[in-house]
Amino acid sequence: MTTTTAFVDRVRRPAHLAVADLFISFFEKTIMAAILSIQNLSKQYDSGFQALKNVNLEIEEGEILALLGPNGAGKTTLISIICGLVNATSGTATVGGFDVVDEFRKARSLIGLVPQEISLEPFQTVTNALHFSRGLFGKGRDPALIEDILKKLSLWDKRDSKVVELSGGMKRRVLIAKALCHEPRVLFLDEPTAGVDVELRKEMWEVVRQLKADGVTIILTTHYIEEAEAIADRIGVIRSGELLLVEDKDLLMRRMGQRQIRIELMQPIDRIPDALASYNLEYSEEDQSLTYSYEANGERTGITALFSDLGKAGLILRDVETRQSSLEDIFVGLVEDK
Amino acid sequence: MNFYAIKSIYSFEMARFFRTLAQSLISPVLSTSLYFIVFGAAIGSRIEEVDGVSYGAFIIPGLIMLSLLTQSISNASFGIYFPKFIGSIYELHTAPVSYVEIVLGYVGAAASKSALIGLVILGTATFFVDFTILHPVAMLAFLLLTSVTFSLFGFIIGIWSKNFEQLQMVPLLVITPLVFLGGSFYSVSMLPPFWQTVTMFNPVVYLISGFRWAFFGTADVNIGLSLTMITVFMLLCLGLIGWTYKTGYKIKS
Repeated sequence: MTTTTAFVDRVRRPAHLAVADLFISFFEKTIMAAILSIQNLSKQYDSGFQALKNVNLEIEEGEILALLGPNGAGKTTLISIICGLVNATSGTATVGGFDVVDEFRKARSLIGLVPQEISLEPFQTVTNALHFSRGLFGKGRDPALIEDILKKLSLWDKRDSKVVELSGGMKRRVLIAKALCHEPRVLFLDEPTAGVDVELRKEMWEVVRQLKADGVTIILTTHYIEEAEAIADRIGVIRSGELLLVEDKDLLMRRMGQRQIRIELMQPIDRIPDALASYNLEYSEEDQSLTYSYEANGERTGITALFSDLGKAGLILRDVETRQSSLEDIFVGLVEDK
Repeated sequence: MNFYAIKSIYSFEMARFFRTLAQSLISPVLSTSLYFIVFGAAIGSRIEEVDGVSYGAFIIPGLIMLSLLTQSISNASFGIYFPKFIGSIYELHTAPVSYVEIVLGYVGAAASKSALIGLVILGTATFFVDFTILHPVAMLAFLLLTSVTFSLFGFIIGIWSKNFEQLQMVPLLVITPLVFLGGSFYSVSMLPPFWQTVTMFNPVVYLISGFRWAFFGTADVNIGLSLTMITVFMLLCLGLIGWTYKTGYKIKS
């Protein structure tokens, strides 16, 4: 909510809500410190490809942020810089107040990364793989914690199996387990459910919700809008290396989302009556219905006036239904708009 | 210093060694035993003593050195290349570890493995040939120094290699010829003068010569020079690794 962009500023806010926003922003700044802070981050690869352009982002502790964007938008590059896999060309990133380059040990010990590709040592047992990961992060063995993680991720039965013997979904769980066994405060999930069946995807979401309940901050990249809609608190939209917006999910949907009313008529009409011209209605001959679009959070939705004018125009209604645009509509609109 | 990380990497690498015991230990021991049977017992019995040492005993330091060099390079290069190949190296680079810990873990394990193989081959040799070691401490020091140095070299090959072909090119095309032409099976003094001069440009000559001195007290080159050469090579490898990680060459984009 602290990050505002020109895009979002376009939407006018009622005065009393603006005051509430100010209060919330003050509350956030005083009480909730950002666990991840990215400033003016840019990346240009040797090939000349500009993967990130001056990205600024603050993430508060305990939230789930979904980074949405088409392939090649810069999502993975952004994560890779924070985690230490790629060097930034300019700009800084801090995790828990520690610079990811100058204080990499402190910063990285707070971070867990679940990569996009399944990259696991095939001949290790699941338990040994977890002990190895914990050790890398400078922590001694903790069998009780490992047991707890394995049970939470439904891997306990597979603890003595070699990684190579597991199914794709199980391997993905092992990746998550490995990222968790040093008890990170920030977890990056890079396309966690790419190529995963629907059932497993829903299970993954449950795992993410559980982690959030445990106080872990989660940043996930995805190009499944449904995923962001289901689990994220905030949505960031990234395209061609630019962070187009970062916004509270519900707020985003309310602000950017269009509502529509579909009005089915008893009798077909030849043309929309002149008295209704100001409503920009669309008429469909096929199902003899009128569609009225309005902004859900607008000061005046115009619904009352519309229905009154419909009556005055002598139109008899058969049915009325409303629908709200999904995050997908918003996303497609944004990406095309820019 | 992240000691747990060093321990994790070291134990993981050693576990792989013991998991593939047939490949990692039995195969070098078997091939060296064959050398002893063919060169030591069969052909060696018809060759005169070299520098006052029976031919069978004379080739022991060279054979151990051959194994040490090839094993150190292949263990260390494979150790770091394989995670790169399968992608699991991401974990190493996102963990709070510096290259010092990575090198200590991987190179330490590779050097331990090859030193172990060297000692096992030495033990095997006692079944075929009678010999005594004149300077056991110096012998052990040389064994360890060589293992560490060439494991460092192998580590560089592993980091720089883009595919398995490149990984095997250096050991196959460079190291094996250098070891065979470095006096493993003969004394440099047995060569014609011109080739003696050429041989002095082969760094492996200094290793084998120094190692042989630790066994029998005789050497082709001065022991001090041998030590200097191996130390210089070790520092060169350390410098290259340091530079590689500092610049991120072939590691980070």
